[in-house]
Amino acid sequence: MNLLETVHLKRYFGDTRAVDDVSLSVAEGEFVSLVGPNGAGKTSLVNVVSAYLKADSGTILFRGADLTHASVTDRVKAGIARSFQIVNLFDDLSAFDNVALAIFSRQGKTVNLMALAHLDRDVTAEADHVLAQFNLSAKRSELARDLAQGERKLLDVALAYALRPKLLFLDEPTSGVSTRDKGQIMDTIASVVRGEGITAVIVEHDMDVVFKYSDRIVVMHQGAILAQGTPDEIRKNEQVAMILIGSADAFARKD
Amino acid sequence: MANAALATTGPRTGPSTGRLATVAIIILLVLVALPRIVDPYQTVLVTYGLAMAIAALGFNLLLGYTGLLSFGHSAYFGAGAYTVAFITRDLAVQSMELCILGGLIGACVVAALFGFVCVRHTRIFFGILTLALSQVLWSLAFKFFWVTGGTDGIRVAYAKLTLLGGMINFAGPGSYQRFVFAYYYYVLAVFAIAAVVMWVIVHSPFGKALQAIRDNEVRAGFVGIPVRRYRWIAFIISGTFTGIAGVLWVPLNGLTTPDILYWPFSGELVFMTVLGGFRNFTGPIVGAVLFNYLKTYAVASSEYWQLLLGVVLVALVLVLPSGVVGTFARLGRRFARRQ
Repeated sequence: MNLLETVHLKRYFGDTRAVDDVSLSVAEGEFVSLVGPNGAGKTSLVNVVSAYLKADSGTILFRGADLTHASVTDRVKAGIARSFQIVNLFDDLSAFDNVALAIFSRQGKTVNLMALAHLDRDVTAEADHVLAQFNLSAKRSELARDLAQGERKLLDVALAYALRPKLLFLDEPTSGVSTRDKGQIMDTIASVVRGEGITAVIVEHDMDVVFKYSDRIVVMHQGAILAQGTPDEIRKNEQVAMILIGSADAFARKD
Repeated sequence: MANAALATTGPRTGPSTGRLATVAIIILLVLVALPRIVDPYQTVLVTYGLAMAIAALGFNLLLGYTGLLSFGHSAYFGAGAYTVAFITRDLAVQSMELCILGGLIGACVVAALFGFVCVRHTRIFFGILTLALSQVLWSLAFKFFWVTGGTDGIRVAYAKLTLLGGMINFAGPGSYQRFVFAYYYYVLAVFAIAAVVMWVIVHSPFGKALQAIRDNEVRAGFVGIPVRRYRWIAFIISGTFTGIAGVLWVPLNGLTTPDILYWPFSGELVFMTVLGGFRNFTGPIVGAVLFNYLKTYAVASSEYWQLLLGVVLVALVLVLPSGVVGTFARLGRRFARRQ
């Protein structure tokens, strides 16, 4: 059974078809990349599936259950988590507290108002472990607002990861950071995601990154799925190269 | 391994409980000794200050920790005060503990009702809603004079009240002196309990969730926090704390009038909290006590006392936006770095 299945999913903004009849399946344990030119509807698709936007029509099935009309918190509970392209953190909390909060939330402990958060050893140990996995241990006590852009990107992903989702959406986890940091961030994310066997759907522009880490690549164009396949298949697809790079043999020449 | 990690990372790991407890105990000891040092008038002033500090602590759970500016907290203060006035007048309740219980329930119910409506919105819309609803209560107290006494208010005589389940009463000669003395300790005890409870709340997982909502409500939703429900709970706790302050205030004042339901009183709560600094736990406490002195002396020194307070408020916002406590804390940190 597929972990996620969208059936004829649609979301229009006026005349703009942001998500146009998208039927996408994601199998358990897959690492899927969503690619396409700006405005292709990649982020919109992630937004609709994660309940940031409502779907106009179509169905979202997650582990067989219909989540089309489920609230954000219900989808998080079901096991869908996401990171954000424009970093979305709790800026006046420390990096540690950011991650710890996600863990408290997952464990249903945020209803507890008569216990001191920092005395919870389980959560503290797990939060420290997550920070270590994302190479953020040194920044544990710094406020999220004081972190460097690359670190903020990682913390954003770490927040979603700490929810132990079954399906993790990563919306451009390396946008806005230097090329040097990009590789490091992707290596960190990929090792964590692969290591834990989490199903991940990543929106990414950098085709080197996409080809390197994906099991499957889904190409979107004008709100619809244009093509999908393994990195090798997509590399050979001239139509895709034309749309993404503007030259039919762009990927071929690189080899 | 966890211990090693804790030892190597800085001071923000958690609140430094030991140092905090030491400072709190020293302050508490000074407050305990106070009525033996200063004259009864000063004792009364501090009692007022401590009662208002509970209100400000409650108010700041919304402003400082949840990011919601209420302009209608007079409603909950008034709900507490009027509940006490009603049950002492109509039910002949004398025990202060029963008064606290009644006021707590009264304020809690009003806060739950009003909060349910208000937390549907944020920012200015939230503020206006809280203001409008508090004005409804005010107009009820103002117009239904056969129930509320209208502008005459309702008298709550301290002499009829008993403390600690009837162990302490204020009948007979010299009772006012005894009341001032005993009631100071009573309010101090309630304040201490309220402060500890609030401190635990803001450092609990729930408190962290509120701060997350304050910083970024969208992301809070995406880590699975039911944002609106938590705002509502915070609103109820906040209103209830402010209500307890209203309960404690009534016997001191001897009378409750619609003034405490009127919007300028909500403004005073905002003023206190900004004066002390809403980004610090202790800010509202210090602000409430300071404001009480400020207002008392402003009223005593000039008939244009509102003007005086206005000047202070403007200066505060321009020069000390982080409040008295916030500013001192920053200076302290700078000094500590220099060393």
